[in-house]
Amino acid sequence: MRLPPIPAGARAVLPIAVTVPLFGVSFGVLARAADMGVVAPIVMSATTFAGSSQFAVASILDESGSLAAAIVAALLLNARYAAIGISVAPLFRGSRLRRLLESQLVVDESWAVSARPDGTFDRRVLLGAGLTLYATWVLGTALGVLGGGFLGDPKRLGLDAAFPALFLALLAGQLGSPRAVAAALAGGGIALVLLPFTPPGVPIVAAVLGCLVGLRR
Amino acid sequence: MTVWIAVAVVGAGTIALKGLGPALLGTRRLPERMATLVGLLAPTLLAALVVTQTLGSSDGLSVDARLVGVGAAVLALALRAPLIVVVALAAVATAVTRALG
Repeated sequence: MRLPPIPAGARAVLPIAVTVPLFGVSFGVLARAADMGVVAPIVMSATTFAGSSQFAVASILDESGSLAAAIVAALLLNARYAAIGISVAPLFRGSRLRRLLESQLVVDESWAVSARPDGTFDRRVLLGAGLTLYATWVLGTALGVLGGGFLGDPKRLGLDAAFPALFLALLAGQLGSPRAVAAALAGGGIALVLLPFTPPGVPIVAAVLGCLVGLRR
Repeated sequence: MTVWIAVAVVGAGTIALKGLGPALLGTRRLPERMATLVGLLAPTLLAALVVTQTLGSSDGLSVDARLVGVGAAVLALALRAPLIVVVALAAVATAVTRALG
């Protein structure tokens, strides 16, 4: 059965449907604690819409780090979206502005669940999953800044492990060719080697080079 | 004020990073070799995300309860469990390890 976009995408992200809003709440709580106020964190979730970079900004400002450090860390963390955006570029249609707006629904999770084993991406799943995650992320943030502290830390429930588990399961569906296996090993290897020595975000951007290893096969 | 500058710059930067490809390339077809390369981006980046989300922390590398959770996910995947079971098992295994630790 062919589901319309939003239900298809919502179903695809169901396994982490609780996780994302709860992390939205915890971003809201953390941002409030970091003196970011009530409105700014919600605006940030609605415009930046990229969890790890938002957590980085809140925690760096909270530790009274410099504004420049917060901005550089966040943009490094999001640099991977340039590569991810190129990979899904053919899915977006219409005017340039519309393509720019729709592409904002790309986050790791919506991109990952829309990946097909043949290397292409499913537009309906990407947009549906992106909209679902966007709504729950912004709503979660609002709940968090308005006093969602009572929900506690999602890490206590092990929800931070839900993300690598999701990516791992989706990766398993991508390893159909020797090229893909080689690229995955290279990408994972580069990230692992750089992780202890480089600022967050750099390992993932450098891992993109793993594609070249796959190409040589 | 600092907060709003951070929100504005990070927001504009991220919108640009996400939109760069879709706004400039559109549906234009990439040369074949480039398309193969982009096709390999999913396995490459997914593997990197597994590594950074399992072992990454604000000060680099940290081996903690998440590793137990991801181990449980590997087991569940080997047993061909549905996605939602894989993810739930990872969370439960991690939570239990933290509670015991």
